[in-house]
Amino acid sequence: MKRKALVLAGVGAVALAVPSVMTFAAEDWGQYQVGDKRSGYTFAKAETRAIQDDDFENPGMLWVEHGEELWETVDGEAQKSCKSCHADASDTMKNVGSTYPVFAKDIGKLENVENRINRCRTDNMKAKPWKYDSRNMLGMVSYVKRQSFGQPMNVKVDGDAAPWFEKGKEFYNQRRGQLDMACKHCHVDNAGNMIRANTLSQGQGNGFPTYRLKWQKPGSLHRRFRGCNKQVRATPYKTGSDEYLALELYVMYRGQGLPVETPAVRN
Amino acid sequence: MASKPRVRVPKKAKAGDIITIKSLISHKMETGQRKDKKTGEKIPRLIINKFVCKFNGNVVFSSDWHPAVSANPYMAFSYKVVESGEFEFTWTDDAGETVSKKAKLTVS
Repeated sequence: MKRKALVLAGVGAVALAVPSVMTFAAEDWGQYQVGDKRSGYTFAKAETRAIQDDDFENPGMLWVEHGEELWETVDGEAQKSCKSCHADASDTMKNVGSTYPVFAKDIGKLENVENRINRCRTDNMKAKPWKYDSRNMLGMVSYVKRQSFGQPMNVKVDGDAAPWFEKGKEFYNQRRGQLDMACKHCHVDNAGNMIRANTLSQGQGNGFPTYRLKWQKPGSLHRRFRGCNKQVRATPYKTGSDEYLALELYVMYRGQGLPVETPAVRN
Repeated sequence: MASKPRVRVPKKAKAGDIITIKSLISHKMETGQRKDKKTGEKIPRLIINKFVCKFNGNVVFSSDWHPAVSANPYMAFSYKVVESGEFEFTWTDDAGETVSKKAKLTVS
């Protein structure tokens, strides 16, 4: 009996080892893989990837279209629209999605697209700022980032942005919450492994705002950060906060070279 | 309710061809199962419950939708081309509001 059990265990081990090796080497992900960096696209199911690939079927495009309308909509006391100053988005917003967050000299801190839009709204348009994950904000950010679609991520982490980058890196590697886990424990050490029923990705930010099927709408990268922080039972920071801005810069840097996928579709 | 719906119909087709028609509409699709977190009261159901496609005035496809249908519903179906004409797509929700969109098809 003992011998039989041993043989069976041996067979089991071989059977387990073979498929895991095969799935690792088999796929050619094209532009979605740059060196070791793999977009969340490569961890998604084929059905989910099909939704993203078809611009018509991709529900995130509804928000892009909404943003396109807002671009031309006059708002605020100054009676201006985005278009009044920035003209054609396909020209003026061409490199925004791939280079933000950037260090803004006039306010002396790091700024992402969401915060930049709200600064423009309050200072130049004299309009009310939008809430971070509101329909209007998601629409505008999706539309702006969409203009960089397919361009490789290329954020600047030296010069004035360097201290923010260091802070973001520290955040990424810092254990937090009751579960005492850092970002890297899932997204560096265990990318590709299962966490309960889900496959862990590398946690790349190149597809945000991402349409999540679970959310049934697009969500910002900071919303995703809050979700992750809650899951390790840590108190999340506010969307748009300095902590998450620094983390955003580091996460974007990790995905340097991956194409902007906005709006990506994930589970 | 919903804003602009999107439909994709080929502009031209040959008689006898089987074409795929795709549609997507933005809608919250409130299921009626959720509770307001603050008051504890149920949020009333508000979903699109009917989708109809007419061709030259005759119904060629229709479906009743129920609460399990996701937000921003996508619907695709096949159609066998007979003649030139115009499709009319109509979505109706629980509040009785309707949104429709038209698309032309020419047989070449």
